[in-house]
Amino acid sequence: MASSLTAPTFSSFLHSKKDSGLSAFASTSPLSAQRCQNTVSKKICCSVVAPQQSERKPYSTGSVKTAMTMTEKILARASEKPHLSPGDNVWVNIDILMTHDVCGPGSIGIFKREFGEDAKVWDREKVVIIPDHYIFTSDVRANRNVDILRDFCQEQNIKYFYDIKDLSNFKANPDYKGVCHVALAQEGHCRPGEVLLGTDSHTCTAGAFGQFATGIGNTDAGFVLGTGKLLLKVPPTLRFVMDGEMPPYLLAKDLILQIIGEISMAGATYKAMEFVGTTIESLNMEERMTLCNMVVEAGGKNGVIPADSTTYKYLEDRTSVPYEPVYSDSQASFLSEYRFDVSKLEPLVAKPHSPDNRALARECKDVKIDRVYIGSCTGGKTEDFMAAAKVFLASGKKVKVPTFLVPATQKVWMDLYGIPVPGSGGKTCSQIFEEAGCDTPASPSCGACLGGPKDTYARLNEPQINKLEHSMQVCVSTTNRNFPGRMGHKEGQVYLASPYTAAASALTGFVTDPREFLQ
Amino acid sequence: MSAFAIVTKNVIFNSFPKLSFSLSPSSAIQFIRFPTSSIPANPLASLTQQFIPRTASLISRATSSSSAASSTTFHGLCYVVGDNIDTDQIIPAEYLTLVPSKPEEYEQLGSYALIGLPSSYTTRFIEPNQMKTKYSIVIAGANFGCGSSREHAPVALGASGVAAVVAESYARIFFRNSVATGEVYPLETEVRICEECKTGDVVTVELGDSRLINHTTGKEYKLKPIGDAGPVIEAGGIFAYARKTGMIPSHSA
Ligand code: SF4
Repeated sequence: MASSLTAPTFSSFLHSKKDSGLSAFASTSPLSAQRCQNTVSKKICCSVVAPQQSERKPYSTGSVKTAMTMTEKILARASEKPHLSPGDNVWVNIDILMTHDVCGPGSIGIFKREFGEDAKVWDREKVVIIPDHYIFTSDVRANRNVDILRDFCQEQNIKYFYDIKDLSNFKANPDYKGVCHVALAQEGHCRPGEVLLGTDSHTCTAGAFGQFATGIGNTDAGFVLGTGKLLLKVPPTLRFVMDGEMPPYLLAKDLILQIIGEISMAGATYKAMEFVGTTIESLNMEERMTLCNMVVEAGGKNGVIPADSTTYKYLEDRTSVPYEPVYSDSQASFLSEYRFDVSKLEPLVAKPHSPDNRALARECKDVKIDRVYIGSCTGGKTEDFMAAAKVFLASGKKVKVPTFLVPATQKVWMDLYGIPVPGSGGKTCSQIFEEAGCDTPASPSCGACLGGPKDTYARLNEPQINKLEHSMQVCVSTTNRNFPGRMGHKEGQVYLASPYTAAASALTGFVTDPREFLQ
Repeated sequence: MSAFAIVTKNVIFNSFPKLSFSLSPSSAIQFIRFPTSSIPANPLASLTQQFIPRTASLISRATSSSSAASSTTFHGLCYVVGDNIDTDQIIPAEYLTLVPSKPEEYEQLGSYALIGLPSSYTTRFIEPNQMKTKYSIVIAGANFGCGSSREHAPVALGASGVAAVVAESYARIFFRNSVATGEVYPLETEVRICEECKTGDVVTVELGDSRLINHTTGKEYKLKPIGDAGPVIEAGGIFAYARKTGMIPSHSA
């Protein structure tokens, strides 16, 4: 039983090595050099040793004088500089610019205002436009915004526009994808060593592919549309070394909630977060995306995971664009390094109203809930639904609260109906969800992850469900933010959790540690 | 009412110019666009030597020296919020269908600024049925503007009449968007003044001296220098900076 386990303090899993030396000239600093030797002796260094040595150019070579982190190297290449240090401001060439229906119209407006009505985007194949936020709504302005995107894409002959015209049936729109960050990966737009900017804070998700990816505003995006460049400041890197076997009741969501709880919501502000270690190497691409997705919840500028065979495998059928991964030099300078023994972690939640308000799921077992939401770029991928299905399957019971399922993309939706869940005797996720009494999987989009127009599916519209029992509407969600009003009503209470914990909570009607069902 | 700024006589007013004006090295003042609404009577106007509605603050920096920033002063009532005010509280997602580059929608966005604050904030930032706020300076704790990358957040504040935000620290994207758009000055303090100021206090921000004066309490606070954002702010935002440095051709509009 989960509740019989002892509760070690969080800090006992963590050893932080603070290093105030920001110099990238590691060899000139005795302190850095010593630290690097230590690191070299550890197993985790395997993960930062680069394959494809023969293809590496000078900027990706770990010469002593120019030791750089992955993030520094990517930006050095993109700015055509031999060497960069944290704090440098450089004009960076952008490989991909992504925008969506919420920020696209504004970015386009600024592009036209500044470059002229007849201006052309810098490269029609490098702009990716993905309607995903406010799609299945009768809100006229929301619908108009998708029309603005369509007109622009036609006018500019944008190659990658994932359009939706028939809102009554998403399946009638073969081009339509859904949530931008998941769609970017699925469609092969996330590639190691590149620079991807998006008008969305969770653009950092793509760091899972060993690239530099971060969110920007409309004005910056308008600038990139016209020039293909942006002035960026090189961030210092925090390194997170995650070692140990991942227990079967944990998911990447638990790891990132652990980290955010540790360093706080502003702990990585302006900084890069690099994830390495044996645990990271064992994660599949979707789990790595979950990890990088939430670096922005710690204030991070970008998250990054070294590309490896898992990455190359994922990219195999998805892109034909040549890419060149880069890796942190063994003597690169990190602002600080955090180490976690993952085998000792427990399932976590972030309590209202902040993603760093960490608690053990089992500590919240008396919190009665009103609904469960499984969806978003964080927790609405195929692997997330497979995880939830695994819990439902293991319990054989029915959910006690309304359980909303919003696949991130059309592909995820098809996977729910097409891929058999391991150990289920051939059942698909959708069959398992139906047997457990969940709502039918909804049309793929951002859905209620960020509230949205009042008619958005699964939005928290009422402050309270039942006045007698407890006053606020409580939701356990696999999304990424639980600020007041994030999912609709500003008095709503959102507990962020992994798909395992969300499914377990749906089965009991309380916040529940998934070990109740997974052991 | 519009936010306003005091400028000392004979020095160029130097708020972040909006990006919609043209830059020419030949004259300091390209044009001044007055708002369509009339300039409201202002109880604090007597404290100003000259006051200019914020939307009229379109003055080129092309010929103004970098010391021009030192003349900029904001004066008005402050609105105080706590730590981790995220963009969902500054402008809730349901209003994101408004496109900031469209003028009427810009005004509407302003009317919803900070509407997402929980009901524990008993004094509302914008009175019911008003389009503008009476608070021209927002004072906040740590990590102001965290959450989504929506530029609607600094835009909504700017459109509502806010001239400057003074916080202990900012989330990266909010800071960047404020600089890139020139909608509000994102200023930082060394101490947690959100615990020492109250909503409704009368404050003055003097950029040149990097200080904030709370006239209600009589206290003075040091502001941090603007740092690396300086050159971009000096130029007047990312487009003006790029034109100034020859990255993109001069605006011919
Ligand atoms: S799913 Fe949620 S967090 Fe992800 S892009 Fe959509 S609104 Fe943003």
